[in-house]
Amino acid sequence: MDLLGYGAFFLTTALMFSLITLGLNLQWGLTGLFNVGLAGFVAIGAYTSALLTTPEDAARLGGFGLPIIIGWLGAMIVGGIAAAITGMATLRLRSDYLAITTFGVAVVVQLVALNAQKLTGGPFGIGFIPRPFGELAETPLLFNLSNLAVVAVVTLIVYLALEHLSRSPWGRVLKALREDERAAISLGKSARFYRVQAFAVGGAIMALAGALQAHFIGFIAPDNYLPILTFQVWVMLIVGGSGSNKGAVIGSILVWAIWAGSGAVTSALVPPEQQARAAALQIAAIGVMLCIILLVRPGGLFGDMPRRPRFGKIAKAVAGESTTK
Amino acid sequence: MNLQFVVDGLLTGSMIGLGAIGVTLTYSILRFSNFAHGDFMAWGTYATLAVVSAIGAMFGKIAPIAPLSFGWPLIVAVIIGMAFTALLALLLDKVLFSRLRTQGQAIIVVMASFGASMALRSLLEFIFTSRPTYFSRAIQIAMPVGFGIRITPDQIALLLVTAVLVLGVHLLMTRTQAGRSMQAFSQNAALARIVGIDVAMVVRMTWIIGGALACVAGVMIGILVQIRPFMGFDMLLPMFAAAILGGIGSIPGAVLGGLIIGLAEAGAVQLIGAEWRAAVSFVILMAVLFVRPFGIFGVRER
Repeated sequence: MDLLGYGAFFLTTALMFSLITLGLNLQWGLTGLFNVGLAGFVAIGAYTSALLTTPEDAARLGGFGLPIIIGWLGAMIVGGIAAAITGMATLRLRSDYLAITTFGVAVVVQLVALNAQKLTGGPFGIGFIPRPFGELAETPLLFNLSNLAVVAVVTLIVYLALEHLSRSPWGRVLKALREDERAAISLGKSARFYRVQAFAVGGAIMALAGALQAHFIGFIAPDNYLPILTFQVWVMLIVGGSGSNKGAVIGSILVWAIWAGSGAVTSALVPPEQQARAAALQIAAIGVMLCIILLVRPGGLFGDMPRRPRFGKIAKAVAGESTTK
Repeated sequence: MNLQFVVDGLLTGSMIGLGAIGVTLTYSILRFSNFAHGDFMAWGTYATLAVVSAIGAMFGKIAPIAPLSFGWPLIVAVIIGMAFTALLALLLDKVLFSRLRTQGQAIIVVMASFGASMALRSLLEFIFTSRPTYFSRAIQIAMPVGFGIRITPDQIALLLVTAVLVLGVHLLMTRTQAGRSMQAFSQNAALARIVGIDVAMVVRMTWIIGGALACVAGVMIGILVQIRPFMGFDMLLPMFAAAILGGIGSIPGAVLGGLIIGLAEAGAVQLIGAEWRAAVSFVILMAVLFVRPFGIFGVRER
């Protein structure tokens, strides 16, 4: 019974990661937009939803006590707008500028979460976030299973919507832009407009994931949204294979299993005073793993990656380009 | 408003500027933004610290040079640290970046640098733990120099070192064959190859200059603030912002950008509060991207 409960808990967390990975896959896998600040968008979603749904609190602004579903929608809207602004600022420039800017977004969101105490509760975060099926909390198993069901349904909806989108004319334009920008532009597609849309939708999905997680745990703090989160999700996408939604989901579950498993092993074997060190080594190992996958198998498990550079730059070393897949 | 922020800003700006030179060079010559550059800083600083303690163990306690907080061991250690950081950068290029570069996808290299940055930083945390350390715990007396400004001997020395280094790199880039090759390569890689410029040499020089300067910038942070595994990562956004503000590929631009951001940060600390310091570089970055994305000394998209 315990095992089943833990399994449900594990899968819920993994699926929430896979939701973020799906959003990243739309941005990177399908459109080739590099987002290294996704933790910021997840945080925006989590805080927005928390502010909208928590009961009123004299110590800080808001706490509007709205229904959870409104919180989720609000998270998606705010996350989408934030991503759209980021995209509009940078998508006419070289791809690296987007990377740097998203990195900055994550830093600033972290800063706001820590310092704007009136809004975010500062380092202590926000508690008492209403949980769906909170009344079932007395029976943990039922509670975990019902949460898993909620997250699974949301993930499935997003997954199906993305699958549909990537096959729709809209998705085909994105792929065309990714593969050969000049050709797509010559067919009259506005590269920037489509990219901003894709980036915004991806941001909205990440924000939704953040909101889901906030309501699942019931408490959020700035520490949940450190660069390590961005890094984990990237590894999940690369392992699964960028460009494939199926890969995004499976990669997330797989990497989360490795992460949680190795964490459990180190906490069992390593004496408490060395725990922090062991955790650092764990991150280093995953970082090395990411580099090795990029070197050895850039397509991941289910990859469908562009074999061409983005933004119409001169393809250097054309001879080195493989045309596998 | 207290004018002290000028000194603080110039010092922060020197650290940012020295780091930004490496960022701007990697960006313009190797054509990717290196997210691991901040971690070169941290590695260089810890390497320097290790050498300092090794010298301390060999020769016993050595008195610092008159008004400064450090003695010759630190100067020797910095030079060794610079060489070490340059080697580290070259090694990372050999095992990782150069291989991905030949695949022709710039953004994959950026991602790899992101992964490498995580790994490098966590390794430091593993070896040295995240507890901050210092080169010296001595407290220096700041001397008043008028206009309400106070400055310590260390700060004067470091400002001078920065000026010398920047001048040196500038001369290297404009007066030597190697430097001119690097400039040629950044302006037009294909043409540079055709006229027979040694590409491998250009790449090597880029990493050596970038790595060595990152080490100096890190040690400056170590002397004036503290040494932590995250010290370089926290400098990443200011460095990128400085490189873009100054115009990608321009060394005077990177330094000027660094100084502007340093002064803006110091000013913001006085006016708004220290907790918002990290947002300053983001605001400047966004403003530059909207208004003049090619920066002060840059040219429009090539």
